[in-house]
Parts: sequence; structure tokens; C-alpha cells
Amino acid sequence: MTEHLAALQVVIPLLCAPLCMLVRYRDWSWIVALFGSWACLIISWLLLQLVMVDGIISYHMGNWAPPLGIEYRIDKVSAFVLLIVSAIGAVITPYARESVRAEFGVNRVYLFYTAYMLCLCGLLGVTITGDAFNLFVFLEISSLSSYVLIALGKDRRALTAAYQYLVLGTIGATFIVIGIGLLYAETGTLNMADLAKRLADQPLSRTIGAAFGFLVVGISLKLALFPLHLWLPNAYTYAPSVVSAFLAATATKVAVYVLLRFLFSIFNVKLSFGVMPLDSILLVLAVIAMFAASAVAIFQTNLKRMLAYSSVAQIGYMILGISFANVNGLAAGIIHLFNHALMKGGMFLALGCIFYRIASVNINDMAGMGRRMPWTMGAFVVGGLGLIGVPLTVGFISKWYLVLGALERDWWFAAALVLLSSLLAVVYIWRVVEVAYLKPVPEDAPEIEDAPPAMLIPTWILIGASVYYGINTDLTVGVAKQAAQQLLGAG
Amino acid sequence: MAAVGLYNYWIVVFLMMAGFYIVIAHDNLVKKIVGLNVFQASVFVLYITFGKVQGGTAPIIAEGITTYSNPLPHVLILTAIVVGVATTALGLALVIRINEAYGTIEEDEIHIQDGES
Repeated sequence: MTEHLAALQVVIPLLCAPLCMLVRYRDWSWIVALFGSWACLIISWLLLQLVMVDGIISYHMGNWAPPLGIEYRIDKVSAFVLLIVSAIGAVITPYARESVRAEFGVNRVYLFYTAYMLCLCGLLGVTITGDAFNLFVFLEISSLSSYVLIALGKDRRALTAAYQYLVLGTIGATFIVIGIGLLYAETGTLNMADLAKRLADQPLSRTIGAAFGFLVVGISLKLALFPLHLWLPNAYTYAPSVVSAFLAATATKVAVYVLLRFLFSIFNVKLSFGVMPLDSILLVLAVIAMFAASAVAIFQTNLKRMLAYSSVAQIGYMILGISFANVNGLAAGIIHLFNHALMKGGMFLALGCIFYRIASVNINDMAGMGRRMPWTMGAFVVGGLGLIGVPLTVGFISKWYLVLGALERDWWFAAALVLLSSLLAVVYIWRVVEVAYLKPVPEDAPEIEDAPPAMLIPTWILIGASVYYGINTDLTVGVAKQAAQQLLGAG
Repeated sequence: MAAVGLYNYWIVVFLMMAGFYIVIAHDNLVKKIVGLNVFQASVFVLYITFGKVQGGTAPIIAEGITTYSNPLPHVLILTAIVVGVATTALGLALVIRINEAYGTIEEDEIHIQDGES
């Protein structure tokens, strides 16, 4: 049984998707999705345990031996990202029931769960696969289903946001295919481990250089690296609440993982950061993202849009960690992947609770919200403290390792910029706190209860985890450091 | 004459740039999808060109033939074509919904409507 876990990780959500389509009675498709997402979480947990003991798991799809057959290859990095994605999926599915029913009506919920399961399947597939072309196929499965999920938003602007994302996402994916094709032309293989071996022996040719360029730009579009982030704010703002939370916590994280995989495992550190000046390019873009996106976030009146811009800034921190190309920096990037998924997922879920009650996420409707929905607002504020990087939250851990990584490379200015940009996060979180807690409840505001427990509990699980992993860092830092060493050691 | 010998690649580059230009320059949402298709088609041609072996024939085992073209890129491109068709279908479906919601498929008019609301 355990030898097939790698295949089941992808096959279970893939099979659940058509099942959700068939089960149309009321919201029974939710039960299928719940089963699928929890099964994924259990499998990814088992896989992580196996990988921590045995090292690398290699699964040969259909028993065809690599490099010709498709290989699923799980090392510490991919096992950790698998766990992040499936854990977020497992927490969000119970929440989705109330929220989705309220936002789409009970007749169309099965469509949501079908697309949701496909998206989960694609994201897990991207992470688990050891074959470059297979990666592209899974990336497109997750992207196509996320366009559908975004277009399900009630506001008509959700449609244009989904369309814009579709065009940019397809350009990004096509760039990735061009890059993979050029690599294939040069080396004659698509298996990632095989590619790495053959690329290591070859001098830099123009083909490899072009492949590198296409891949980096294509992946950067998918992960919304500044200035290729233009699709993200609208997509997250107008998508249904559950979708914003799910995509913010998983989709960009998986794209960051793909970047790590290509830069460190397929190309090597020498090529990515020695021959190509990628470290300085990533450094500059990451710093601009941290400042520009945070500054824009301060001026948003729509809180979902504020969080979306904050996501662009937080992706900047991850990329900054990668640009250091040392163990601490890389570990910081991987830790922040996990931490940001918890915090941003939790905060988007809290906004979803607010939207469920008052059908608005505009800051002007938040007056006195701290007293009207104390639990929800509490979750939002704790998540916000994490974004700022207050000690005892996960955000502090990420920034701590980022600063360590920066100092290790003697880039003290980068360390200073990390701290400075955190001040911008203070400003945009404080705006919300001020309105929600210090302004009186408007007199004509209707009496509302806090969100139902089915929505509050998942929100607090994510927010609670973001505090727990800020205090107990054994899992995150332990795995992330080993993962970073593995990535750097391979190169 | 090396440049002429690579004429397939020149076509690929031309199609790629033409498709990309259409996506960027046109306001009409359907035309953007068409541009995206041209862009993707250029990649299909690129892959198939990789697969060609000089003097090679179709990869069907037959007597007296020793050189075959590489069939793998063709198979990969079949997958990519499927992805491309799915993307086009979804894109056009979104355009239909946008047309229902806004009554137009011109991007600038959509921006004007969004600005008012």
C-alpha cells in the first residue's frame, strides 16, 4: 500500500472531481470533496514521514522506468509543499460548505467542488512530479480550474479578472513550454534528475541560456513576481471568498516551488546565480515588490484587494530569500512559503466570514466590527500581526531567517529593507484595526451574530497554527533547513 | 546559408511575435484569444521542428530504413494541443459571459463601465 501513496496523492482528487460533478443532490458533492481533501492530507503527512526517514521516494508511473517513463519524485522540498497544499485544502473544505452555499446558491455548488478538486489535483501534481513536461500539464490543470473558480465570483468584474488571468497565465505557461522544449532539444530528456545530470556536464550554450530565460519569466508570471503581478489583485478581489483564500494560500506557493525546482535542481546554483546574474535581478524585483505592493496596499478601501497587494509583497520576501542562494536565505523562503499560506489563508477566511454576514469587505463598513464580530476580527488581527512579523507569530520566524541569510551574504542593506518594509505592513493592518475597534458601531447597523462555527473553526485553525508555528518551530525550520541543504547540495 | 536552412525557426519566431503582438495590442477579447492561439501554435511548430532528423523518415519500422525522426515531440505536442483547445474553449466561454454582463467585448468599453460602477 505505501509504495503507491505517491500515485494516490494525485489520483484521489482527480477521481473526486468527476464524482463531485455526478453527485448533484443538494450539497452532497461537498462530502466527496471533504473526503478527497482529507485523504490528500493524510497521504501527504505519511509521505513526509517516509521522506524524512528514507530520503528520496521515486515512483515509476505505470512501472515505466525513468528517464523514459514519468517519474514521481518526492524529496524534502516537495514533501513539505505537498503537506502545505493539502493541509490548506483540508482546512478550507469544511469552511467552504456554508460560504459557498451562501454565495452561489445550493443548485450550483457541485460545479464549485469539481473545479476545486481539479485545482487541488493540479497543484499536488505539479509538486510531486519529476518530469518537466508532466509539470506543465499539471500546471495547466490547476490554472484552468482556477480561472473557472475565479469566474464563479458574483461581481461581474470577476469575469474580466478571470479573463485577464487566463491570458497572462497562458502566456506564462507557453513560455514554460518553450523553455522545456529548448531544454529537451539540448539534452534529449525530460526527466528532471536526468536533465540536471546532463546540464551539469554541458557548457552554457545559447539554447540553454534561452531556455533559462523563458522558464524564469514564465514561472515569474505564474507566481506574480513584481512587475508580472498585474493579474493577481483583481483575481483575488473578485473571486468567491473561499477561492481567494485557497488560491492565495496555495497557487502562488506552488509556483514558487516550481521556481526553486528549476533554479536549484534542474539548473544548478552555479548556472542560475554564477553564470546568469539572477540573484541581483531577483533581489531588486523582490525589494521593489516588498515596498511598492505594500505601499499600494495602504491605499485600498477593499480589504480583499489590500490583502492581495500584501500577497505580492509577501511573495517578494520569498523571492528575496531565494536570491540569497544560501542555506538560511533559502530556508527563509521555504519557511515563509508555509507561514504565509497559514496567515494569508486565515485572513482571507476571516474576510469571508465578514462577507457572509454583511456582504461587504469595504473598509467603510468595518466600523465597530471588532465588537460586532469579535472572533472573526480577532482572527484577522492576529493574522495581521503575523504579516507584520511581531515576535511569537510565524511572520517573525520568516523575517528572522531572512535577516540571517542577508547578513550571511553581507547584504546588510537587504536586512535593513526587510525591517523597513515591515513598517508598511504595520500601516495597512493598523488602518483596519483603527476602524474596527476604535470607531463606534454605526447606529443604523443591524444586529449581527458572529460567523457560524463551521466557518470560524477553520479560520482559527489556520490563525492558531500561525501562532503555534511561531513558538514551536521544530517542524517548519527543521524541514525547511534540510530542504534548503538538499537544494543547494544538489547543485 | 545557415539562416535559410533554419527557415522553420524563422516562421516560429514570426508566428510567436505576431501572436504576442495581437494579445497585447488588440482591445477585442475574441481577437486576444485568436492571438493567444497563434502564439501557442508557434510553439507546436517549434517542438515538431526539434523532432525532425535530417534524412529521417516517419518513425514506422520498415525494412531498409535506419534513420527515423524523433516521435516524442509530436506526442508532447498532442498533449499541448489538448491544453490549448481547453484554454481556448474556456476563454471563449468567459467572453460570452462577459458579453452578457457588459454588453460589449471591447476592453476599453469594459473599463469605462467598471469605472462608473
